[in-house]
Amino acid sequence: MHFDWQDPFQLDSQLSDDERLIAQTAEQYAAEKLAPRVASAFLEERTDREIFNEMGELGLLGCTVNEQYGGSGTNYVSYGLIARAVEGIDSGYRSMMSVQSSLVMFPIETYGTEAQKQKYLPKLASGEWVGCFGLTEPDHGSDPGSMITKAEKIDGGYRLNGAKMWITNAPIADIAVVWAKLDGEIRGFVVEAGTKGLSFPKIDGKLSLRASVTGQIVLEDVEVGEDAIFPEVKGLKGPFSCLNKARYGIAWGALGAATSCWHSARQYTLDRTQFGKPLAGTQLVQKKLADMQTEIAIGLQACLRAGRLMDEGNCPPSLISLIKRNSCGKALDIARTSRDMHGGNGISSEYPVMRHMINLETVNTYEGTHDIHALILGREQTGLQAFF
Amino acid sequence: MKALVTCKRVLDPYIKARINADGSAVNLDNVKMAMNPFDEIAVEEALRLKEAGSVTEVVAVSIGGPKSEETLRQALAMGADRAILVESDQDIEPLAVAKVLKAVCDEEQPGLVLMGKQAIDGDSNQAGQMLAGMLNWAQGTFISEIKIDGETANVTREIDGGLEKLSLKLPAVVTADLRLNEPRYASLPNIMKAKKKPLDKKPLADMGIDTAKRIEIVGLSEPAERQAGVMVDSVAALVEKLKTEAKVI
Repeated sequence: MHFDWQDPFQLDSQLSDDERLIAQTAEQYAAEKLAPRVASAFLEERTDREIFNEMGELGLLGCTVNEQYGGSGTNYVSYGLIARAVEGIDSGYRSMMSVQSSLVMFPIETYGTEAQKQKYLPKLASGEWVGCFGLTEPDHGSDPGSMITKAEKIDGGYRLNGAKMWITNAPIADIAVVWAKLDGEIRGFVVEAGTKGLSFPKIDGKLSLRASVTGQIVLEDVEVGEDAIFPEVKGLKGPFSCLNKARYGIAWGALGAATSCWHSARQYTLDRTQFGKPLAGTQLVQKKLADMQTEIAIGLQACLRAGRLMDEGNCPPSLISLIKRNSCGKALDIARTSRDMHGGNGISSEYPVMRHMINLETVNTYEGTHDIHALILGREQTGLQAFF
Repeated sequence: MKALVTCKRVLDPYIKARINADGSAVNLDNVKMAMNPFDEIAVEEALRLKEAGSVTEVVAVSIGGPKSEETLRQALAMGADRAILVESDQDIEPLAVAKVLKAVCDEEQPGLVLMGKQAIDGDSNQAGQMLAGMLNWAQGTFISEIKIDGETANVTREIDGGLEKLSLKLPAVVTADLRLNEPRYASLPNIMKAKKKPLDKKPLADMGIDTAKRIEIVGLSEPAERQAGVMVDSVAALVEKLKTEAKVI
């Protein structure tokens, strides 16, 4: 019996033929098209818009969306495998994809009218259009229920006012899914770029996710028609159901970044000789490599299980909290350790590890911080909420 | 014109091959497998010929166990129209491969057979040539370019020291070299559609073909480990080593 150090649980053998083919397409695309440009994109804080078109051509955007709307109709395990492959190169690229897929295409498919689906989904799937998602506000992060962005009913539609913060893709977005309170109740709206009063100022000076542009959504008396609202969904359920899908993808993706850091640490310590032998031949290094391997292997197995449950329609949101929190926390720890194992070279953009490390600071924070997910899990087992 | 294209499932070219403890075979247990890269190039070329209007149908064929179905699914996901799996539990030799493909050609009557120039596992580089011989068709091996012009395939072959251009009367067998093209990615919608494309299976045992082994593998060994370089302290020492050790001068 053979132990594959890279895939101890033989994850690959637990996939179907088409899941393996999808993973292969995503991995090849990531290695051949994303990897060559990421170091300069990160350094120059440059977002390559054409990535959306490339991903769209391969069917990587909104892959779970039904074929009739331009999606690929895959399952969620496939979506996870894609997220892992893309984030193996950079968390920013995975963020661009996650937002388009889970936070824009998913709610339009799930809550949108037939007209909204037909109008937006094919263009988002092909990458012709980019979408963003506005929930977080400058003063309302972990507590989105207290948002102040407001919608009011006007003749023939709605008027929106407010500001959203830390919005992936916003400065290059063609549409935004915006959550706002209408008569005190959270509702979703699809707002198109170019609408009077709508702007997407870029957030400068980010030290993390620099290959993925981030901005604000500013709404100043933005008037939209009756056809812009999601007709049925009300309350936090709307945005939270989107975040569930995105967080599930993040759980896979973060372990992709962690794997990159682990492999890089292994290779570096095998190649680097000090005191007459490879660093990988020392106990301190081997212990770290074993920890990385173990956490990643177990974490991926957990993601696969959650994905199978999701595909059966049986994945509770708190399980997604568990894997999102676990993957991000562990990935960040692995990235920091890997950075350390690379010694002085670890701070160079020649190696991916410090880039992954600072990206993962964001990934650990966004879509529910590590601590917030702990509170969800704490509430589940004690029955006592400790949010406030 | 129908194009038949071969797809062998082989050890993934990017992983290190390990030999069984008894030295009898390469260990394939729980090892990542992939489509033979030269076959992938052949599939891509068949699809390009179809897109150019020279070919009307692309049929992918593989000989192997149940898992070879995945390799055929990849060809279907890239764009092949249908697939044939000749089911065989054992890895058969190039002569037997050629015989099986001959039987498939007799049935399918393709105008063109595209194959990888060799499979990267056995590196035999024989099946294409033998198939052309058995069919008594023209053959173009190691091709880096192909253009169909009516009843003729104009191919460029990569040969030692240059390129050779041949005009082949169709039907013909051609084998793809590395520089023929860069294979496309299978897009997700096409991967999903491929699940519904026809994949016929026929047991090799029912084909009445003698596939008995004629080659005995005496042993396998890993390539010798590369020796570390040495520093020489003078030109004279270098020349001496080039003469006595490297034996290049």
